[in-house]
Amino acid sequence: MNMNKRLLAWAGAAMLVLQASGAMADQLQDIQKRGVLRVAVPQDFPPFGSVGKDLQPEGYDIDMAQYLADKMKLKLQLVPVTSANRVPYLQTDKVDLVISSLGKNAEREKVIDFSNAYAPFFLGVFGAKGDKLAELSALSGKTIGVTRGAVEDLALTDVAPKDAKIQRYEDNNTTLSAYLSGQVEYIATGNLVVAAIARMNPAKAPESKVMLKDSPCFVGLRKDEPALKEKVNELIAEGVKDKTLNTLSEKWMKAPLPASIGA
Amino acid sequence: MTYQLNFSALWPYMPELLAGLWTTIELTVMATIGGVAIGICGAAIRCGNHKILRTTWGVYVEAIRNTPFVVQLFFIVFGLPAIGLKMTAGEAALLAMLINLGAYSTEIIRAGIQVTPKGQWEAGRVLGLSRSQTFLRIVLPPSLKRIYPSLVSQCIIVMLGSSVVSQVSYEELTFAANLIQSRTFLSFEVYLVTTLFYLLLSVAMRQLLLLAGRRFFGSDNG
Repeated sequence: MNMNKRLLAWAGAAMLVLQASGAMADQLQDIQKRGVLRVAVPQDFPPFGSVGKDLQPEGYDIDMAQYLADKMKLKLQLVPVTSANRVPYLQTDKVDLVISSLGKNAEREKVIDFSNAYAPFFLGVFGAKGDKLAELSALSGKTIGVTRGAVEDLALTDVAPKDAKIQRYEDNNTTLSAYLSGQVEYIATGNLVVAAIARMNPAKAPESKVMLKDSPCFVGLRKDEPALKEKVNELIAEGVKDKTLNTLSEKWMKAPLPASIGA
Repeated sequence: MTYQLNFSALWPYMPELLAGLWTTIELTVMATIGGVAIGICGAAIRCGNHKILRTTWGVYVEAIRNTPFVVQLFFIVFGLPAIGLKMTAGEAALLAMLINLGAYSTEIIRAGIQVTPKGQWEAGRVLGLSRSQTFLRIVLPPSLKRIYPSLVSQCIIVMLGSSVVSQVSYEELTFAANLIQSRTFLSFEVYLVTTLFYLLLSVAMRQLLLLAGRRFFGSDNG
């Protein structure tokens, strides 16, 4: 590396630091002064966010962003992101919030803050409408279809009763076929997979019975912005209470909002 | 290329692999006996005088021999329940194998019967035997003897083809191998052992069947 390039790198780093410190003031006030809420949303992950028939982004996350912007009386600016760059966009102040099917984990918690959960994302055991399965122990003697080697396979194998008959299939489609053709009584899979069947075949879609692994989505915020975080949490709580989020869940996930959201 | 073979990690899974092997053997024995029986009946029909039966059986044979086994299996497991015919994965697997071997062995056995000289039929009739007696006692044994090696090969193909039923969650040898592989990621070891199992099974099956053939048809066979 020659001297010039090194200088340039230092200058760039310095500018980043300046920019970051410039944003240190209360972000909620900044946003309100600006009048625009910039939100990172997915564009390739239905039903959270995808491009609709009219070429406009649509999905649970887009509706959620619109809901927050409306409640805060701000204009909404959607910023399409990928799952790899959604956190960097937030860190570099390109967006105010990340509403992008973002899950919580320890590494992410080191660099950004999270609101309360706003959207369901879970692996569970699904069965016919009206079926009374309430807990995993009731699976004894039942047949459950699952995709071999998937996370839900490992989770189910760990917790299912010994005499539950777990039938493993090659891929999600075969597992679904096994359920739809009645080869198995229940399936263990993700709520998004079930939402996909519900869109194509509402009458036959199974409904959630027991959760295996819950990893809901959170709104991502920059670290140490208590005012903004409080505002977002307040609006999420309000949305849970007045059923706005339930409406979103019914619309995009084809299932009611699980009790774990807003609990 | 420094892959460390790790067969010891496979040991805890040996019971599952052996259980899978046993299931494959059971399935093969039932399918072979049943399939060859269907084939003999089918060959009799194909060489018989009843025109409608002959054509119907011909359609069945052509339909099965010209479609993939995995599609036949999926049709039985996932398709038939739509019209109320529901079977367990095991029943469906056995049925698919029976239907499959039935069609192939019909053609093989029919070939053997057709090269049997007409004089043998006539000889049987002249001696006062009925048509079915002539078929079972005079024509069939030398026909089977003639096509026996290819019949044995077909049975082995069906045994190897049984690996496909792992796709509908029937827990035979390949299913056990896939499951262990997805738990341990020891692909090389798991599939090497599974390959050896199949190889041993094929060799043993061929020797057993040829031995049985010599028993039934005399010593110049095999």
